Amino acid sequence: MKLTLKIWRQKNATEKGSMVTYPIDNISPDMSFLEMIDALNNMLILRNEEPVAFDHDCREGICGMCSMFINGEAHGPDRNVTTCQLHMRKFKDGDTITIEPFRAKAFPVIRDLVVDRSSFDRIQQAGGFVSVNTSGNTQDANAIPIEKNKADLAFDAAACIGCGACVATCKNSSAMLFVGAKVSQYALLPQGKVEATQRVQNMVAQMDLEGFGNCTNTGACEVECPKGISLENIARMNREYLSASLKG
Amino acid sequence: MAVLDSKIPEGPLADKWTQHKNNIDLVNPANKRSIDVIVVGTGLSGGSAAATLAELGYNVKSFCFQDSPRRAHSIAAQGGINAAKNYQGDGDSIYRLFYDTVKGGDYRSREANVYRLAEVSANIIDQCVAQGVPFARDYGGLLNNRSFGGVLVSRTFYAKGQTGQQLLLGAYSAMNRQIGRGKIKMYNRHEMLDIVKVDGKARGIIARNLVTGEIERHSAHAVVIASGGYGNVFFLSTNAMGSNVSAAWKIHKKGAYFANPCFTQIHPTCIPVSGEDQSKLTLMSESLRNDGRIWVPKNEKDALAIREGKLKPTELPEDQRDYFLERRYPAFGNLVPRDVASRAAKERCDAGFGVNATGEAVYLDFADAITRYGKEQAHVKGLDEDDASLIEKLGKDIIKSKYGNLFQMYEKIIDQNPYETPMMIYPAVHYTMGGVWVDYNLMTTIPGCFAIGEANFSDHGANRLGASALMQGLADGYFVLPYTIGDYLSDDIRTGPISTDTSEFEQAEKEVRDQLNAFLNANGTHPVDYYHKKLGKIMWNKCGMSRNEKDLKSAIKEIQELRDDFYKNVRVPGTADSFNEELAKAGRVADFLELGELFAKDALDRFESCGGHFREESQTPEGEALRDDKNYTFVSAWEYKGKPSDAVLHKEELTYDNIELKTRSYK
Repeated sequence: MKLTLKIWRQKNATEKGSMVTYPIDNISPDMSFLEMIDALNNMLILRNEEPVAFDHDCREGICGMCSMFINGEAHGPDRNVTTCQLHMRKFKDGDTITIEPFRAKAFPVIRDLVVDRSSFDRIQQAGGFVSVNTSGNTQDANAIPIEKNKADLAFDAAACIGCGACVATCKNSSAMLFVGAKVSQYALLPQGKVEATQRVQNMVAQMDLEGFGNCTNTGACEVECPKGISLENIARMNREYLSASLKG
Repeated sequence: MAVLDSKIPEGPLADKWTQHKNNIDLVNPANKRSIDVIVVGTGLSGGSAAATLAELGYNVKSFCFQDSPRRAHSIAAQGGINAAKNYQGDGDSIYRLFYDTVKGGDYRSREANVYRLAEVSANIIDQCVAQGVPFARDYGGLLNNRSFGGVLVSRTFYAKGQTGQQLLLGAYSAMNRQIGRGKIKMYNRHEMLDIVKVDGKARGIIARNLVTGEIERHSAHAVVIASGGYGNVFFLSTNAMGSNVSAAWKIHKKGAYFANPCFTQIHPTCIPVSGEDQSKLTLMSESLRNDGRIWVPKNEKDALAIREGKLKPTELPEDQRDYFLERRYPAFGNLVPRDVASRAAKERCDAGFGVNATGEAVYLDFADAITRYGKEQAHVKGLDEDDASLIEKLGKDIIKSKYGNLFQMYEKIIDQNPYETPMMIYPAVHYTMGGVWVDYNLMTTIPGCFAIGEANFSDHGANRLGASALMQGLADGYFVLPYTIGDYLSDDIRTGPISTDTSEFEQAEKEVRDQLNAFLNANGTHPVDYYHKKLGKIMWNKCGMSRNEKDLKSAIKEIQELRDDFYKNVRVPGTADSFNEELAKAGRVADFLELGELFAKDALDRFESCGGHFREESQTPEGEALRDDKNYTFVSAWEYKGKPSDAVLHKEELTYDNIELKTRSYK
């Protein structure tokens, strides 16, 4: 395949960036999108140009490190996959592909397609845990049976990989889907209920502090989420937040 | 040998750990506040260790090269985690988990370490549930189990095909709690480039900030290496792109012995290699072997027809298929250990029965499981058990609930629907049992430097059983290291803060800077990937699933030549004082180019077949691996002496007081 790539290049957080066009040839449809970028980078290195910086690690869709806004969509045109699992067979010979970083005020660009998502870490540090020590003296794992239905819902929420596609997709750069998933996981499990009130308040406060926008129920985040995290999690977080406000 | 003291406590096997905990020195809570510990790596072992050490009161500095600790490659572990809970009442026990693990490791691991692992395994599950890890449950609300290779009980706990993710997020949440309290200082996007020793003790590291390129000095009273395995020495593996040996290799070069480097796990069920541009391989969890049956055509002509696309696998009648694992190993069938399954698949493909275009793939077929589950569901729901299409639909739903994410992953990569046609799989490099040598306290041969998780060598012998890596990582981090490190640190309560303004730090920093500049100044003709791929080819072809003297000797020579060429002709663009992934990669590949040679040297030295290490010169007439207990019941621990070819072998003899060494049979 022969393609034209238009890629956002930006030297560092402070300098201005711009789109740069790169023609590329000999791309096999079985290559993954990131393998295509690898090929481009090796070509650039041999031309004595600096390769395109991008985040990636596991390349099997679970670490959440890869990002990229491809042709106007987070993780590209395929559904329920991350960029690393997107394959070139989803594109046609001769296509022009636009590649940008995940853009949001709370995700400043570090270089090219690499952004700083440490705001997500800080939200979790504000309350995304159960305060139990790792002493090994906890009660037996089967001491509290958990309704299968609830356990499954908690798992579905916990499947979030923290990639930030929801934020990049949202017109308001809202992180509600991400935070909602985390709040939901704990709210659905008996182990998480003890600290539920503080947790949702602290996490939402941190989310606002980081500069994420509000949710206006567009639902685009759910469509673009590579792990199919449901909007119900946002509703659950809103309920949790409301009841926490009434208590607190 | 005096230097290789494994420090295994005296006493009966079952009492060793308890007695050891009772006897070792403790650090009082007030003193812990003045002690700093560096933890490199934030996977299951590093993450859990950092969280626990911080809870205990130590000041922890935690490092990861990823943008968040949650992204460490433990996250990609799919199938599950073992624990001797015996919730299924199928006869499991601490002893049986211990026995299976030692046998599965082909009798090349330490009895005392493995017993301790089995002993603390049950606690891990309790701990994780308390943290809110959503394990799979049955309709009664209790935890579910499944079975893994090489064992006859169901002791594996799981969260769909995302167990590693859920466990890591548990450890990450425990870390977050401590980061929030200020007890862990987290350094994301940082890479350790060397260890600093003061008076022979580990007292800090040199790290590079991968965003700014800044070289930083960090001091501590102890350094814990939790940097994972070195499977990426093969270039293509199931490891993450950034997974590397550098932290482990740097400490090796400063005095930590490296143990059993040739013990590598080649996992039988991975998605086959498709082309030259491929950057990594994807695992299909071993849990799939609970329900999938592995086969190739019985006749070579059918295999050929399938390869040429003239015959579909679903068209081949049952009696024309060779379920080779069930045929060769009736007792364990498709659930033989990984090394056995991998070699059997390779044997069939080498004999010409492979089923994809390159002839390097076998089938993993779920058709029988779909029918079996479908009938069961129809019976439970009182529906028509003879309605084939209904059975198929119900069966597929069950398979989807068990392995949905794996099937989806397969479909995205191969572009075939595994619900309709059997999966194609082939073995790939997955895990390294070898690693930094540690004693019972998990301390390396550098005082104050510890190694945990996949980075050490201790628990899996020559082959790791499925669902045991997660168990070991969390056992080391939550329940072993936090105790044993106290025994060492109890001597450090009066040391006070360690200055980084010393000649030792200065020297280490200079060496790091010199190496980075050497990469940038080589200004050669080939990108780093070129060398990494070449190294991977040598390793796979000559140090892969089967090894012989001639190939190993030529591998050593080829790696030496490739390494020389690398330093002369590598091209690394950009500068040292900026975000520069090529520069980071160059450092990692440089270390792989040294480790690869030691790997081959170790494989050459071990003239026996055991576990993942198959020497062609040592096999039975039926082609099964032939161990040599008389001459090789030891751990090979290599001491660095300037270059890999000069490494000196130290042997830690392994003694088995509680288990009789037997030929491993799964027939």
